[in-house]
Amino acid sequence: MSDRPIIRVQHVVKSFGKVTAVNDVTFDVWAGEIFAFLGPNGAGKTTTIKMLTTLLRPTTGSLELDGLDPAADQTEVRKRFGVVFQDPSLDSDLTAWENMDIHGVLYHVPRQARRERSETLLRMFELWERRDDLVKTFSGGMKRRLEIARGLLHTPKVLFLDEPTLGLDPQSRNQMWTHVRNLNQAERVTVFLTTHYMDEADRVADRIAVIDHGRIVAMGSSGELKQHTGTDSLEAAFLTLTGTTIRDESATAADQLRQVSRVWRR
Amino acid sequence: MSVVYILWLREVKKYLRSRVQIVASLGSPLMYLGVLGFGLGPVFQRAGEGKYLQFMAPGVIGMTVLFTAMFSGIAMLWDRQFGFLKETLVAPVPRLLIMIGRTLGGATVAVLQGTLIFVVTLIAGFRPVSLLAVPLAFLVIGLIAVIFSALATAIGSSLKEMQGFQMVMNFLVMPTFFLSGAIYPLEGLPRVLGALTRVDPLTYGVDGVRGLLTGRTHFGVAVDVAVLLGVGVLFVVFGAWRFSKIEA
Repeated sequence: MSDRPIIRVQHVVKSFGKVTAVNDVTFDVWAGEIFAFLGPNGAGKTTTIKMLTTLLRPTTGSLELDGLDPAADQTEVRKRFGVVFQDPSLDSDLTAWENMDIHGVLYHVPRQARRERSETLLRMFELWERRDDLVKTFSGGMKRRLEIARGLLHTPKVLFLDEPTLGLDPQSRNQMWTHVRNLNQAERVTVFLTTHYMDEADRVADRIAVIDHGRIVAMGSSGELKQHTGTDSLEAAFLTLTGTTIRDESATAADQLRQVSRVWRR
Repeated sequence: MSVVYILWLREVKKYLRSRVQIVASLGSPLMYLGVLGFGLGPVFQRAGEGKYLQFMAPGVIGMTVLFTAMFSGIAMLWDRQFGFLKETLVAPVPRLLIMIGRTLGGATVAVLQGTLIFVVTLIAGFRPVSLLAVPLAFLVIGLIAVIFSALATAIGSSLKEMQGFQMVMNFLVMPTFFLSGAIYPLEGLPRVLGALTRVDPLTYGVDGVRGLLTGRTHFGVAVDVAVLLGVGVLFVVFGAWRFSKIEA
């Protein structure tokens, strides 16, 4: 860890018309740490990630990634992070290798480095043997691993993972976190993840911010959160902090599309 | 440049790999060619207009290009939520290059599909008057493809819901085809219909292709090409602008 935050978010508010998705959120993430946003659907996790990844501008407040403003310095900020979105963003009609290669071109990774690093990453995520297969033949876990590998190809400083284990079976989830921890060690990349699974935040994150209704209600290590609330599990701590158990909030248009897509992909 | 190239290559690769889709998308042009082409042929002949197949083949090629190009843009809607588009939107690359790569890719696919239909019309009995004019006709086909790929990009960037797709098909794509003079001559139309055909860019596309391949043209090939170029620039600028406004 270094002594300056790689991500700094101060008093950020994001409203969509009358709805305030993120309401005065302030936090720092330190270089090299695994930082988790824990909260139910609709708490503002994805909106925060979209602001940090230059896809949305905050209504008010300021954001910084590696000292740069994502709203102003889009291109420079984009070079510095990798992101795995909640919904798949692979091209399933191309092979794993082609997906990696296109990413490398988009991020201006020189050809030689592109090849070497693609190989290293595909081996690391146990996809090397399948590199020439179309992505549509991959399992959910493999696709997610490929997305993470791809997100790391341009050696970003921060890796955003938005609900990386959503829809995966327990075994793949386990495997996923082992990979994430390994790469955090090996690549020294800062990991910013969101999840609504308590056990995952508990297991993998150095620090956790509990977010509900667009506000951060508590922040600290899993141990600190438990101590602070006088509870012995993160789940109980969450209940104490928010007064509710984690739940699913009302569905948005995107959620509905997502439902459709799950049916279609079967 | 390499960004435009790789995104273009992606579209073309995907097309060449999707055999089933290629065959399936030949369905409606074949139906028009077969049913209308041979069904209306005798009437057309009796009206003293010559061979109907000769008249409508360029129209069916235009239709194929229109459908293919529009579809590639509408597929973008899906791509935005569940596909590759988001990956390109967070890349450190100007959106303009991404839009150009995608649009050129979509246009190339539309031209390839149009070529396939051109071959089918040849098999069905269509005969271009001059072989030398064929490459020129393909330049016009390319223009049609770029125009509608750019328009499709604009629509794909603007719509939020899949339901919009049906709207676009019913209120834009089908009228564009039916008003284009692809299946009937533009001469002697009722005034309102005549005016509508004149605001349809595909009208000039089909007229240009028909002029070059069969020698029969309503506006003259030079006018057709000029209009297509103008509309092309307009639509590409419009598409690029809409694309730059996408919030993922």
